[in-house]
Amino acid sequence: MNKLITAAAILAAAMGSTSVARAADVEVIHWWTSGGEQAAVSVFAREFDALGGDKWVDTAIAGGENARAATLQRILGGDPPGAAQFNPGRQYEELISGGQLLDLTDLATKENWATVIRPASISAACLVDGHWWCVPVNIHSWNWAWASIPAFKKAGVELPTSFDDFLAKAPKLKEAGIIPFAIGGESWQINGAFGVIQTAMLGLDKRQALLKDKDMSIAEGPDMTKVFEEFRAFKQFSDDGSANRNWNDTTNLIVTDQAGIQIMGDWARGEFGVAGKKPGVDYACLALPVDHPTVSTGGDIFLFPKNKDAAVEAAQLKLASMMISPRVQALFNNAKGSMPVRDDVDMSLADDCMKKGLEIIKDPKNIAEDAGRWLSNDTTGQMNDLIAQFWSDDTMTVADAQAKYVDILKAAD
Amino acid sequence: MAQVAPVEDNLGTRSGTAAKAIGPARTRRKFNYQSVIGTTPMILAAVGVFVICIIFSIIWSFTNSKLFPNFNFIGMAQYQRLWSTDRWLISVNNIWFFGIMSMIFNMGFGYLLAVFMDQRIRQEDLFRSIILYPFAMSLVVTGLVWQWMMDPNLGIQAAVRQWGWTSFQFAPLVKNETAIYGILIGGIWNGVGVTMAIMLAGLRGVDGEIWKAAKIDGIPTWRTYLFIVLPMMRGAIATAFILQCTGVVRVFDIVVAMTQGGPGISTQMPAIYVIQHITDRVNVGQGMAAATMMLMPVMILIALQYFLQWRAARKRSKAI
Repeated sequence: MNKLITAAAILAAAMGSTSVARAADVEVIHWWTSGGEQAAVSVFAREFDALGGDKWVDTAIAGGENARAATLQRILGGDPPGAAQFNPGRQYEELISGGQLLDLTDLATKENWATVIRPASISAACLVDGHWWCVPVNIHSWNWAWASIPAFKKAGVELPTSFDDFLAKAPKLKEAGIIPFAIGGESWQINGAFGVIQTAMLGLDKRQALLKDKDMSIAEGPDMTKVFEEFRAFKQFSDDGSANRNWNDTTNLIVTDQAGIQIMGDWARGEFGVAGKKPGVDYACLALPVDHPTVSTGGDIFLFPKNKDAAVEAAQLKLASMMISPRVQALFNNAKGSMPVRDDVDMSLADDCMKKGLEIIKDPKNIAEDAGRWLSNDTTGQMNDLIAQFWSDDTMTVADAQAKYVDILKAAD
Repeated sequence: MAQVAPVEDNLGTRSGTAAKAIGPARTRRKFNYQSVIGTTPMILAAVGVFVICIIFSIIWSFTNSKLFPNFNFIGMAQYQRLWSTDRWLISVNNIWFFGIMSMIFNMGFGYLLAVFMDQRIRQEDLFRSIILYPFAMSLVVTGLVWQWMMDPNLGIQAAVRQWGWTSFQFAPLVKNETAIYGILIGGIWNGVGVTMAIMLAGLRGVDGEIWKAAKIDGIPTWRTYLFIVLPMMRGAIATAFILQCTGVVRVFDIVVAMTQGGPGISTQMPAIYVIQHITDRVNVGQGMAAATMMLMPVMILIALQYFLQWRAARKRSKAI
């Protein structure tokens, strides 16, 4: 009986302590596992721990799909993490409508997020029906190609100025023993590269009509046929090892001058930085399309699932406020290779590639909204499957692929 | 006495129909609390996990559930989409191919290895451990190691080419048509050991007198193995077969580790389709439809087994 009383006393003491304000551990799920990404996320962790009291608990899960799946399952299972990374768009729309997220509106009004965050399409990802549900931390653009300058020198050709120009020069690269077109075989990488080529060939207006308004005349039209044909033309210039290759291993082929170009978002820049390579000397960043550069407004956001523990909630708000503060934005984005979500940030440390991006983003006409804003994960997943199949299966005709693309878009919710 | 009771019980249920036919010879037994308490967790788990969850899976497959399961019924729409999706069709083809091939090779090689072990070879323990060892390893590890070996830039192909045979090709995973064979190799390497162990136990269980009789009749050893011993080890074969079946239906980790379903979608499997749809693609309805389809062959097999048992029991009762 004595034991029972002691146990009850300990339990009561433990329960009592929750009501006192105390430090909390905030578990953060993210998928930043490559070298450059690690450097960036540790900025967040370090700055958060330096605020005192609360602690950043790192849960890195390799691969965005896996990390998001883990977060969703944990929220559904009633054991939510303190914060979780997502891509801006529709990936978390049901978490908002289901009331699973911490409302950040008070904090956002106090810190005036609506005016400091630019461009508007970035804040639109978090500002839903007048409430703030997440914190955008960076802007990543898919619309880049990374070229190895020594590789092109070795082949004796200039850097490409268009996709057709690249296809014309690619045989020279091949002769010189260089992989002309580096790509990893994961479906998101393939569909990503396809999207960049699609954006460049259709132009921003037609792309928006296609993906946002689901304009079937474009989906079925000759312009899309050309996109598929162009994409297939790239395939002959990729290498055998591309199946199952991670994006950063693929970027490493450019870093080590084994390959000519890779179409990949600007998170690849971090890998060049870690390897100590210099833009303009060792590698070139080509904003695509070269003659009229655009940036897409992808990136990352952090959302904060509702937590019963008041101490955790206070720490979550502290973390949100820290992530968007100008100083941390500068440190984080310089390490990550992404663009900050606000303009009043000291980016004097930025390299030439980022400066190029920051210049392009100033004009709203250059902004390609991320397709994830318009398409659900389900639709994007179907497109990933289709484009990956089209890429790897040479027996699939362009007409067949296009018909399937139309079907997916028709059924998109 | 209490420990013996469950065994008695087992025998009772198995020959239950026969016992009924014989007549009410048994005396009423005392209600056995211990066995009820002992089996309750198992019964709860079986009913809770299997029956209830399966029922919900089937119900949700007729709804348009996204992240949160709901009850907006949309008829067969999820199934229509499922069976018109290339990726699912490829997955179904793959699992039949992978299943049948790995069954043939695992059982075949397993039996051959068991016969080899049965030759009273020296260091039998060592060989047995070596062959059984892959089974002790996680399929993720197995898959990753095989992926490295089959990688054209750092695996077997690269090694042989460095030795001078520059046209040598062994990189099945990079091509659509051959990738599934690569996975098959990894799967067989992993699974053949346990088949061998079971078969060997079956072989050793065959009475030595049979062998002597076969020798006296002048039957060659290979014929004895194939036509006399093999049919006598039905139990071992059935065990190995069922283990293989369960391995095939849930094949997931080795594919994820080796190809992630690629190149393209050429090595996708149903289990990956299900998991991906209920997690990252946030389409629970579609995932559940696929899961229900995965359940179908299993259900048919179980129904078939019950039917056969029922027929056998009827024959027996008629015979009496």
